[in-house]
Amino acid sequence: MKSGSNLEKVLEAGHFSVTAECGPPRGADPEHVRKKAAFVKDNVDACNVTDNQTSVVRMSSLAGCLLVKESGVEPLIQMVVRDRNRIALQSDLLGASAMGVRNLLCLSGDHQKFGDDPQAKNVFDIDSMQLINLARRMRDEGVFPSGDKLEGAPKFYIGCAVNPFADPYEIRVPRLKLKIEAGADFVQTQCIYNMDTFKRYMEDTKKEGLHEKVKILAGVTPLKSAGMAKFMNKFVAGIDIPEEVIKRVADEPKEKQAAKGIEICIEQIGELKEMEGIAGVHVMAIEWEEKLNEIIGGAGLLPRPVVE
Amino acid sequence: MITGTPKPIEEILEMVEPYDNIIVAGCHGCVTVCRVGGHKEVEVLSSTLRLARESGGSKIEINELSLERQCDPEYVETLRPLIDDYQAVLSIACGAGIQFLAEKFSKTPILPGINTGFLGVTERQGEWSERCQGCGDCVLHLTGGICPVTRCAKQLFHGPCGGSTAGKCEIDQNVQCGWQLIIDRLKALDQMDNYLKLKPYKGWDSSRDGGPRRIIREDMI
Ligand code: SF4
Repeated sequence: MKSGSNLEKVLEAGHFSVTAECGPPRGADPEHVRKKAAFVKDNVDACNVTDNQTSVVRMSSLAGCLLVKESGVEPLIQMVVRDRNRIALQSDLLGASAMGVRNLLCLSGDHQKFGDDPQAKNVFDIDSMQLINLARRMRDEGVFPSGDKLEGAPKFYIGCAVNPFADPYEIRVPRLKLKIEAGADFVQTQCIYNMDTFKRYMEDTKKEGLHEKVKILAGVTPLKSAGMAKFMNKFVAGIDIPEEVIKRVADEPKEKQAAKGIEICIEQIGELKEMEGIAGVHVMAIEWEEKLNEIIGGAGLLPRPVVE
Repeated sequence: MITGTPKPIEEILEMVEPYDNIIVAGCHGCVTVCRVGGHKEVEVLSSTLRLARESGGSKIEINELSLERQCDPEYVETLRPLIDDYQAVLSIACGAGIQFLAEKFSKTPILPGINTGFLGVTERQGEWSERCQGCGDCVLHLTGGICPVTRCAKQLFHGPCGGSTAGKCEIDQNVQCGWQLIIDRLKALDQMDNYLKLKPYKGWDSSRDGGPRRIIREDMI
């Protein structure tokens, strides 16, 4: 075991795994996180805690992880390289590991332009590829990038994100390969709506044998309404929702659109479960954590396995 | 070249408000080429200031002049014989020129008339864009001649990020994704193997992060 995390154990035991995510609050109220964690509990193998996603200031992901952990859910810390230089990143890795956070997701982070402080200075001292590598070297070699020995190596199951729908397509698979070489153990994908593009991506991934080197968790996000679908398709970079998916939701009367969104999501998980090379799903029910049980249960993925 | 944009006239008027006898100093270097700080701009700015002050009932005397380069001591020194006859200098050179004047003439307020921009190129008449951040450690041979530090909004060394869409950057539909450009170039040059290598952490110490920089060429001293 590299990290001994529950997520690692479940995946290594060959179970189809489930992760979800919690966005920390726009304030210091811990109850907010505890409430969300209660919805997540027993439905997942680990729960991502986002790091100031879309550059909107929120409670830190490390604090969120600790609150989630206290609530009996295994945390997965997201770390973006937008706001912290390599000194702060290393220090937070050490702190997170010391506090028992065993899963890590390395990300670039959305540009600060999208958040509430568009005038902020961005850091990007190292990129997400290099953060993966930094965490791996710390874990496996027990050294800082400077070569100095660590007093106790941080233990992380190291993840990265991939977006099969971003451009240019032809480097998507080579880029995943590079992330694996850098040290990624698992991957969580951007939310998938265009199953045709995703299937093509998986075919290309399998041709390179990458699905055997890394655990791929397919990302899904239930649509709450046709309005949300249209908004995301238009304004969120790297999201591709085909017309027919939007239409399926839009064809329902307003009050039934959410239920349709959940139905589509469950259907999709069913399809992903059967796909070769997919090791699990990452369910991003954005500000809709109360539906996780219905979705994950509906997809036949409950109860979650216990691996010792 | 070093580019810039004129400061809003209201801001300049506020700066020169305490004075009634100033120099407006242009520069024949980069700022002339990008039409923000050459002699023509000195003339236009000076007339605008005179007119505005006159209509406000507080006249201002202006000596309009331009130096060959404000970043070179040889040319800066030509100001010395007249500097004490004026209360302030409004410089429309780049930030380097403005500061060099301030350094050389310690008793005269030197005011910035432009906002200095970036190291860039002329795309076409009236349009300039950034190419270099002067990071002090060039990697253009590995990235198809396109700079990831300058052209990628996140300065990624292993781009593109997940926000790259149809060649455009996630920050703005009008900004090209630097990494799409790099990949297109690497493909055209048959150098995609450069892409597939893990790059070491960038040493930002040769950049601004290492503190104010200095170049000493012993062979020239
Ligand atoms: S879209 Fe392209 S240029 Fe913009 S931040 Fe991402 S990689 Fe960099």
